[in-house]
This record gives sequence, C-alpha cells and structure tokens, in this order.
Amino acid sequence: MLISPSAFLAQMLQFAVALAAAPLLTGWVNQCRAWLQNKTAPSLLLPYRQLHKLFYKEPVAADNASMLFRTAPYIVFGCMALACGIVPALSTDLPLAPVADAIALVGLFALARVFISLAAMDIGTAFGTLGARREMLIGFLAEPALLMTLFSASLITNSTSLANIVNKMAHSQFQLYPSMAFAGVAFTIVSLAENARVPVDNPATHLELTMVHEALILEYSARHLALLEWAASLKLFAYSCIGLALFFPWGVAEVDAPLAMVYSLPALALKLAIGGVLLALIETVSAKMRIFRVPEFLATAFLLAVIGLLVHGLLEA
Amino acid sequence: MTRGAGGMDRMLDLDTILTVIAIWVGIGVVALVALRRTRFVAHGLFPISALMSLALAAVALHGLFVPPQSTVLRLGLPGLPFHLRMDSLSAYFLAVIGATSAGTSIFSAGYVRKGEGTPPGLQCLQYHLFLAGMALVVLADDAYAFMVAWETMALSSYFLVIANHRVSAIRHAGYLYLLLAHIGALAILLCFGVLQANTGDFTFANLRVQQLSPFWASIAFVLAVIGFGAKAGIVPLHVWLPEAHPAAPSPASALMSGIMLKTAVYALLRVAFDLLHVQIWWWGVLLLGLGVVTAMYGVVFTTVQTDMKRLLAFSSIENIGLIFVGTGLALMFHTYGMNALAALALTATLIHVAAHALFKSLLFLATGTVLHATGERNLGKLGGLIRTMPWVAWLTLVGALAASGLPPLSGFVSEWLLLQTFLFTTNLPTSFLNMLVPVVAAAVALVAALSAYAMVKFFGIVFLGRPREEKLQRARDASRLERIGLAWLAAGSVALGLAPIQAIDCVDRVTHLLVGFGLAQTVHANGWLLLAPTSIQRASYSPIIFLLVVAACIAFTAITVRIVYHGRLRRAPPWDCGFPHQTARMQDTSEGFGQPIRQIFEGFFWMRRELPSPFDARPRYRVVIEDRFWHWIYQPVQALVDRAARLAGRVQQGRISIYLLYSFLTLVVMLLLVGR
Repeated sequence: MLISPSAFLAQMLQFAVALAAAPLLTGWVNQCRAWLQNKTAPSLLLPYRQLHKLFYKEPVAADNASMLFRTAPYIVFGCMALACGIVPALSTDLPLAPVADAIALVGLFALARVFISLAAMDIGTAFGTLGARREMLIGFLAEPALLMTLFSASLITNSTSLANIVNKMAHSQFQLYPSMAFAGVAFTIVSLAENARVPVDNPATHLELTMVHEALILEYSARHLALLEWAASLKLFAYSCIGLALFFPWGVAEVDAPLAMVYSLPALALKLAIGGVLLALIETVSAKMRIFRVPEFLATAFLLAVIGLLVHGLLEA
Repeated sequence: MTRGAGGMDRMLDLDTILTVIAIWVGIGVVALVALRRTRFVAHGLFPISALMSLALAAVALHGLFVPPQSTVLRLGLPGLPFHLRMDSLSAYFLAVIGATSAGTSIFSAGYVRKGEGTPPGLQCLQYHLFLAGMALVVLADDAYAFMVAWETMALSSYFLVIANHRVSAIRHAGYLYLLLAHIGALAILLCFGVLQANTGDFTFANLRVQQLSPFWASIAFVLAVIGFGAKAGIVPLHVWLPEAHPAAPSPASALMSGIMLKTAVYALLRVAFDLLHVQIWWWGVLLLGLGVVTAMYGVVFTTVQTDMKRLLAFSSIENIGLIFVGTGLALMFHTYGMNALAALALTATLIHVAAHALFKSLLFLATGTVLHATGERNLGKLGGLIRTMPWVAWLTLVGALAASGLPPLSGFVSEWLLLQTFLFTTNLPTSFLNMLVPVVAAAVALVAALSAYAMVKFFGIVFLGRPREEKLQRARDASRLERIGLAWLAAGSVALGLAPIQAIDCVDRVTHLLVGFGLAQTVHANGWLLLAPTSIQRASYSPIIFLLVVAACIAFTAITVRIVYHGRLRRAPPWDCGFPHQTARMQDTSEGFGQPIRQIFEGFFWMRRELPSPFDARPRYRVVIEDRFWHWIYQPVQALVDRAARLAGRVQQGRISIYLLYSFLTLVVMLLLVGR
C-alpha cells in the first residue's frame, strides 16, 4: 500500500483540523444557542480556555479508582481522533480510509462508549452506574440506527467505505433518493442522542433526573475531564462530518485533485457553521424528554432507518 | 486398521489425532485409578492433556490443507466398524476443539480441588471422555460411529453437569439436559434413517450418493435441525442451557458452551451441505428465521440475568442464533447458485464459531475463578473485584469486549463479515427474500448492540464499583496455571481479531468443500494488511492498523499532556454528593442495570414482581423473570405426559396375578394373529 505525499498531507491536515476545530464547533453551537435563547453569548473561544484550564489543574481521582478509570479518557480520546481521521471531511484521498469502513466506524464509537461506561462504573457511586446504564440504553438503540442509516447510503453506492460513498454520491447525477430521506431523519435523531443534545440529554444541566453524559463523567477532573470534553467535541465534529458526507457530499477534495483542498477547507467551515446553527435551532425549539421516552424516540429512528432500507429495495434497486 | 485413500505419509495426521484421543482416554483411566489424589490429577494429568490439545490443534491445522484422510477402526459390534474420515470441515472444527481445550485443560490444572462434588479423578475421566467424544463426533464417517460418539459426548457431559449431585437443583438441571439431549438424539437417529433410503448402509459415503426426493430430503433436513438444534440451543429447545451451565463446574461449562454447541453446528453443516445433495430454498429461510429469533431471545434474556453463569449461557444462545443466521444465509445463497455470497456467509459463520469458542470459554473460566475466590455466582453480591483480582479482571475484559463484537477483537471480524454479506445481497429471485434480508440485517445489528449492553453489565457489576459484600475484599486472584489458561484464550481472541486474513486462509478450504468457492484468493489480492472480501472500493477493514493508530493516538496524547502540562495525580475519597451515608449497597444492582431492557422488551418475559408498600417495616423487592416458553410449550407437554402416565398407571395394579393375566392375554392375541 503506497501512500502518495498529497494523501499523507490530506490525512495530517484532516487530523489537525479536526483536533483544532472541534472545540470551536462546540463553542459555535453554544453561541448560536445563546443568541436564539436571548442570552448573552459566551466567547467563541471559551471551550479552548476551559480545556487549557482543565489540563493545567491537578486531577483528583477517587481512592479506589483502578487503572481502567485512568486509562479510559485516553482510549475514548484516541477512538474519537481516529473517527475524525476516517470520515472524509476535507478530502476523500485519505490513507486511513480503507482501515475502517462505515461498520468499523460504528464499532469505533461503540468501543468508546463501552469504555466510558465501564469507567463510570469503576468508582461505585450511584451516579456513575446510573450514567452508564443510561448511556448503554441510548447506545443500544442509536448504534443499529446509525448502522442502518449508513447501510442506506452503502446500498446506493455499493460500498461501505465512506470515501467511496462520498465520491459516488458527489459524482452521480443529482437524484432524490427516498431511502436517504428516511435515513436523514433517522440520522438527525441519532446524532442528537449520541452527542448528548436536547431532547435526549442536556449538556448544560447537572440535574440528576435528566443527565446522562454529565453523570458518566461526574468523577473526572482536570486533564481526564479535559480529554473527555475534547473527545465529546470531536464526536460532535465526526457526526457532523458523517452527516455532511452522506447528505451533502459536495466540495470535498479527491484523489486526482489534491489542490482542491484549498477550497474544501472553507467549504467545510461553511457547512459546519450552517449545521451548528441548525443544531442550536433544534435544541432551542424542542423540550427535554423523560428518559423513558428516549427509547421510543430512538426506536422511531431505528424503524425509519429500516424502512429506508426497504424503500431502497422497493423503489431504487 | 484398513487404510482409505491416500499414501502412508498423508495418513500421519489422522493417526496422530487418534493417538491424541487415545491418550485422552488413557489419562482418564489413570485418573480413575488415582481417584482422590487431587494434586496428581491436577498437576500431573491435566497439563499433559493440554499439551495433547495443542498437538491436536496443530495437526488439525495441517490437516486442513491436505486431501481427506480416512480409516476404519475395528471396534464396536462385529460387522459394524467405525469409519473415520478427516476432511477440511472436520479439521477446522478439530482445530477449534484443540485450541479451546488447551486453555480449559491448563486452567483445570489450577482449578480442580477436593470437596466439589464427585472426586477429582472421576471428574478428570468424564472431562477427557467428553473431549474424546467431541473429537470423534467431527471425525465420524458413518452414522453408527457418529451416534456412539454423540452419546458419549452427551452422557459424559451429563455426568459433569451433575458433579455436585447432592444439590437437588443440580439434579433437576441434569435431568432436563439429558431429556433434551435424548429428544435431539432421537431426531438425529431418524434423520440418518431417512438419509440412508432403505439401503441399510449407514456410511456417510453411501448417504452422500442417495438421491432423495425433495420431500424426503426436507424431512431429513427438518429432523437434523430439530436434533442438532436441541444440542445447539435453538429456541424453543434452548431451556436446558441456562440450567445446565450454572450447574456444571466451570471448565465443564466452558467446554460445553465453547465447543459442544459447535459440534451441533458442525453436524448441521455436514448434513445440510455435504450429505444432502439437493438444497431447497426454504431451508435457508427456516434457519435464518430460527437464528434471528434465537439471537434476539438470547440477548434480551442475557441483559436481565442476575446469575453470572446464566447470563453467559443466554449469551451463548444469542451467539448460536447468529451462527444459525450465517448458516441460513449460506444455505439460501447456495440454493440459488450464488456461491461467492454463500462462501462469504459461511466464512463469517465459521470465524464466529472459533471466536465464540475462545471468548465464551474464557468468560466461563473467569466466572469459575470468581466463584472459587468469593463463593458467589449472584451478580448482586459481587463487585470491585478488579482491585483484588486484577489478572482475572483484565483478561475477562478482553473476553467481554470480544463478546460485545467490538473492534479490533475477534467478535467484530465475524460480525463485520456477516453484515457485509447482507449488504452484498442483491437480486434474490423472490421479492419476499429481498425484503427479508434487510430486516434480518437490522435485527442482527440490534443484537450486536444489545450484547454490548449485556457485557458492560456483566463486567461492570462483577469487577467494577465497590465490593457489595464484606468478604469480597479477601478474594484472591487466580493461581498461575489458571492465569495461563485464561491468558491463552484471551490471546486467541486478540489474535483472531487481528489476523482475520490468516483465519480466512484456514476457512477457505472448508468453504471450497461445502459451497465450491473461497475468499482467500480475493482477500490476498489486497495484501495482508487489509481485509477486503471483494475489492477495496467496496469494503475494507484492517484491525492491525486500526489498533496501531488508536494506540499511537493514546500514546501521543498521554506524552504530550505530560510534557506540556504535568502528570500529577491526587487521591481523595469519591464525591458523595453531600450525602455521607452512602454504602456499597447503593450502587446499581444487576436488576437495576437490566431494568430499562426489562421495560422495553416486556413482552419477552414472564415476570412476577413483589413490590414493597410504603408501610412495610421490612421492605422487600423481588422480581422473578421466567421464560415464556416454559408456559407455552414445556408445561403443557409435561401436563400431557403426566396425564398419559396416569392413564397408563391404571393398568398397573402391582399384583403379580394381574400381570400374568396381561401376558396371557397378549399371548392369546398374538396366537390369534399368527394363526390366521
């Protein structure tokens, strides 16, 4: 497997952009949400300052915390970094793209989820296990729904490789796929749930009855917390890029045109900015739902994604 | 001994394997002589047995790549010698048996102790007869030898299950197991009867050439599904698994779950692809349907269990379901002549067979060490063992991650290949099947995600958190031999996950034999790093690079953070949320962790709940979850049998004169019939 210099460059650039821009995306969503809710918006750079502050502080671990507790943040961060390196956001000519296809990407998210849930159970406080249970509850429905969404795209393009999906979707004649409409709705629901957003979770609350993500990381502090927060924004970034790759695959550089990266970066920034506004809008207009309504919400997504697959079989095959 | 086809040098493999089996039986006999000398049995005999398993695995791996070898053993009844034959299908399953039993045997060397039911020597004999039986099942080349081996396997495992026979619940479990094993055996016997088509010759060579009509072929197939399904644990014949596995000593449960269930898969493959010369489209659909129902049923029950071993037993049911889904797909594609797809489905199935054998044995053995260290099987009384038993905990984590189907471990490879099979499926002749395939794919994805839930529950409640009982703080880690056994199986799970291409090389011979197509060539076209079943453009996955990149990211982050900032860490008591009276009992119990699933999948369970009222002085919460199939099938059948027995009991008066009268009347009737 020979790697061309331009492909290597694209891969490195994509890692760098993901790591650097992920907190910015989180900051942007928070800012939009504050505007929409008539609040004074925090600075766009607030997530960076928070990360710096947290890395600087001395971490406090519980007396009985095991190695699993201390390594989990690094594992979760590593998984999310790889996920951002696989999803074709800037270029489809990524050397790492063949390493993990869509199914392996879902497996990667699952791996991170299992580790963060196990780490939450490690201390043995009631909150940790509560968070772990809720996270796995959301995960077991969101994961197959995400997989089915990706399957809809792979059935159209005859490939599970994300780079090829983008290539084929961008180059085929513009066509409306009914199955992708179903998949789109399912994907929106899944990404809300997976990124701990209203209506499934509220990233701004610490109310025990409602929280999921915050309960998971309750025992973490300082650099561990920083890594987990950074990983969470990387996850949001990765999900946004998956969404863009599946539904708006235009303006991404390709194998034969490495210079296209010059315009693919601003194109990505623009698409992400619009996506951030939409996310803030959804969060503002919807209300947080009770935890026991969440399975129904996610089951809807799962069923829609399966219907999407069937629709593909009926109409598009 | 009569030689079959093949030269002298080629016969070496089969002879070596028969020698290994003979040594196993010999070890068992020696153990019987040294009945109560625990040290000798454990440290003297079991390590030899583990070495023999390794030899078996090595020879079987070699046997995969050479032409079939056969031999005839002049044992048993006169005129009915044992025909044995090793082709690549047998060799593959022998390799799985060898690799897995090497781990369980070396573990047993550290595990066996006095005072656990039957004497160690006797258990050693049963254990080795069990191993020998399983190896002979996959080698048998005539129905007679097959049934003898099959029954040896069933009976020796039955005695292992009731090792602790003074407990009445264990006797019940053993009885249930024996009952279902025999119902299955009856169906298998009938299946062979149909297959031989009145020729009276039960060698597989003869069964292969019989031209059965589709009707009789279907009957033979359905009988095979019932017979082998009962052994594999297909719903609704699964009820013995969650009873027998907790009852048996842990190495025996590991063998039963890891290998014995797979011999049923082997036999089904043998009958469906090899012995039957026609295949009919609905056979595959039947297996697919049974597989999906079993997998879904198994995984939902896994998540709500409160007993470690019951949880793992249900997880085995789930995995067998997935294996049946793969088999069903392969059979369906084979019927329609889509042999490339059939080979892909079969590859996924066979890799899952090996993966499940390794990780499930590992998990069962781990429960054994926990049981020895704490005396508890109940999840609600365990917790925090990662601090007292770090070796067991970290090795179990490998098994639990593999069982959750997470990359880059073994469970993910088979799951990935299976999902690829669904995606590659196009243009099946009937639209019904074209619609069915995506729905089954969705169900498989759901099952895989739920199994992760179950494994987080299993690992988290047993090994993480705070110890829920006082005595857990004195728990001791596994002994050195036990660690070797666990580490071997964990290493196998990792290796299988990281080297799927090498695994496909082995499986390739089997798929060539069964469906006339293999993946090895296409896979090798893309180099040894990338696993791509057809082309890189279509789908690819590279576990080694995957692992390396994640590891590099982790190392890079850890070092950078340390250099740019610092690596200090302070310990403090966990935050109590302002409520200082928290105890370890306030953590989630296993019931609590499974509660959301219980609520979502309420229809699956037959549930009885006792809730405390606000005025109870001693509040008590109890929830009993049972299998609906007990109420739907087993209890009505039991009532029917009971009634029939009562009716039959009327003629039994217990007086000798009455019985003499019966004999006399029978004689008269017979004379009348003959006299005509």
